[in-house]
Amino acid sequence: MRWELEPNPTRGKVLGAYALFLLLALFLLGLIFLAYGVPPLKAYALLFSPLTDTLGLAEVARRTIPLLLIGSGLALAFRVGFFNIGAEGQLLLGAVGAAYVALFLPPGPWTLPLMFLLGGSLGAVWVGIAAWLRVRFGANEILTTLMQNYLAYYLVVYLVAGPWKGRQVFGFLYTDRFPPEAQLPRLGDTLVHWPTLVLGIAAALLLQTLLFRTPLGFEWRILGENPKAARYLGLKQGRLLLLAALSSGLLAGLSGVGEVAGIHLRLLEPAQISLGYGFTAILVAWLARGRPLGVLLTAPLLGLVLAGGDALKLALSMPFRVVDVVAGLLLLSFIGAEALSRHRLVWRR
Amino acid sequence: MEEALLRAVLFGTPILLASLGALLSERGGVVNLGVEGMMALAALAAFAVGLEAHPVLGVLAGVGVGSLLGLFLGVFAVSLRANQFVAGLALAALGLGASGLLGKRYEGVPLPNPLPEGVLAALALALAFGLHLLFFRTRFGLYLRSVGENPKAADLFGVSVDGVRYGALALGGGLIGMAGAYLSLAYRPSWTDGMTSGLGWVAIALVILAAWQPLRAVFGAYLFGLLFFLQFRLQGSVPIPSEAFAAMPYLLVILVLALSGRARAPKALGQPFDRGR
Repeated sequence: MRWELEPNPTRGKVLGAYALFLLLALFLLGLIFLAYGVPPLKAYALLFSPLTDTLGLAEVARRTIPLLLIGSGLALAFRVGFFNIGAEGQLLLGAVGAAYVALFLPPGPWTLPLMFLLGGSLGAVWVGIAAWLRVRFGANEILTTLMQNYLAYYLVVYLVAGPWKGRQVFGFLYTDRFPPEAQLPRLGDTLVHWPTLVLGIAAALLLQTLLFRTPLGFEWRILGENPKAARYLGLKQGRLLLLAALSSGLLAGLSGVGEVAGIHLRLLEPAQISLGYGFTAILVAWLARGRPLGVLLTAPLLGLVLAGGDALKLALSMPFRVVDVVAGLLLLSFIGAEALSRHRLVWRR
Repeated sequence: MEEALLRAVLFGTPILLASLGALLSERGGVVNLGVEGMMALAALAAFAVGLEAHPVLGVLAGVGVGSLLGLFLGVFAVSLRANQFVAGLALAALGLGASGLLGKRYEGVPLPNPLPEGVLAALALALAFGLHLLFFRTRFGLYLRSVGENPKAADLFGVSVDGVRYGALALGGGLIGMAGAYLSLAYRPSWTDGMTSGLGWVAIALVILAAWQPLRAVFGAYLFGLLFFLQFRLQGSVPIPSEAFAAMPYLLVILVLALSGRARAPKALGQPFDRGR
């Protein structure tokens, strides 16, 4: 009995593999809920509860925004072969850039554009370091970008506890509130800062077009699928890689601007700025299979997971870590199903 | 001075154990990015068993959970031939999440009879030498290295590539689990969410710095231990914000990776093995 490659699996087999692995993931999740001491069905109901009312849907939408921006950038970066795991840090750098403009530059109609500009640039510079280290020294970008997350984390903690700590706040670790010119408009009473949402959708469309309709995108895809061929064709690998990495960092930076200018209206502790969007977006990008447009579907899905995790936290005072569990299981079941559908069991040696 | 060296060894021990665990599977061609999550879950299991039964049984529980998680990763990375990097990251998230969730009831509970750090530190050092002998003096070591360098050739000689890789993941997972047990039973005899604080990632980077040699990992781990000690010692006595000190280990990992980025890795590292290809 052995395992063989199956290049063209039937649609039914692919669907079956995904269904099997999703069921396994739900089963394992149920076991973890049980071990925690919560009836699994009740927990599942809460996980999906945001879908049942408009307020819940707004919560899903709000969490979809950063996932959309970061996810489409990561879909591109993964496709080209740059495993940017540091979107969390790039998001934080974007928030820092936005806060600098909001707090220290004279406010005016230019404030918001300038926040996006500086925040996005800082995100790009941040990932640019890792990209440069990879191109120049061959340093593994999975580890460098991951380490940079910790650096960004401590940078933000330092800023909100030290030099940027608000004058009107006492025991808390955050800056003063942003002036009105530095606040993004929201939809009604919700926390949906729609300009960033529009930006996210535009980013997905733009990257999809770039990747599949332009010479640059063609070179990107060659580099990602077959680096050897890229070398024989004389493509400028370093520059292509850097460009894809910078795009993903820029978008992650923009998402950080959206979070502080649209929701928190100040710079605060890193764990409060981002609910692990950087990591969740890896899932978003992976599920979209390297197609920026696919992110339009997968970002809301993971947005639901984050909103559902919040519901579990509120209703059962469960640690928010539950989101990591769901995300990890989803990712495993997805790659497992993908792999299973590409293979078949053969009953001979 | 003596105190500094002692603390360096004691703090370097979990890094060493986890690093040896990651190194073992990487020698067989399987990247394990799940170390951080495996360590966290093993630390929790070790603490729970140590509290309810006995700390020595706790170590065994940590090692066992680590091994099981290694095999779990193997299902994806070896049998299903999935992307090892993504599978590892998913396992890291799952382990951190599940340990945070299930460990909530143990937060802040003290362990009445912790294990002596020195014994486990000595054991870790012995294990490093043991691994060196395993790699270069035994048949399994030869199989392991050949599977990591050229699985096709190993397969032609009748070595079970998948079997050796599962074995490496189980053994390595056990070492990673022991690192977790050391944290929750000896080093800081307690359980807190996030108590692995990035040590798993440091351990993965150390594998590259050590150029996949167990004995070099010993020096690297103690060097990191010394730096962590200096960080605690200098904090507050110099006019540098404490956040800068806290960030130092991570900055160091980046420097290490830049300096040793082109170190020669096992040739088949990260590549799933398919006989038909």
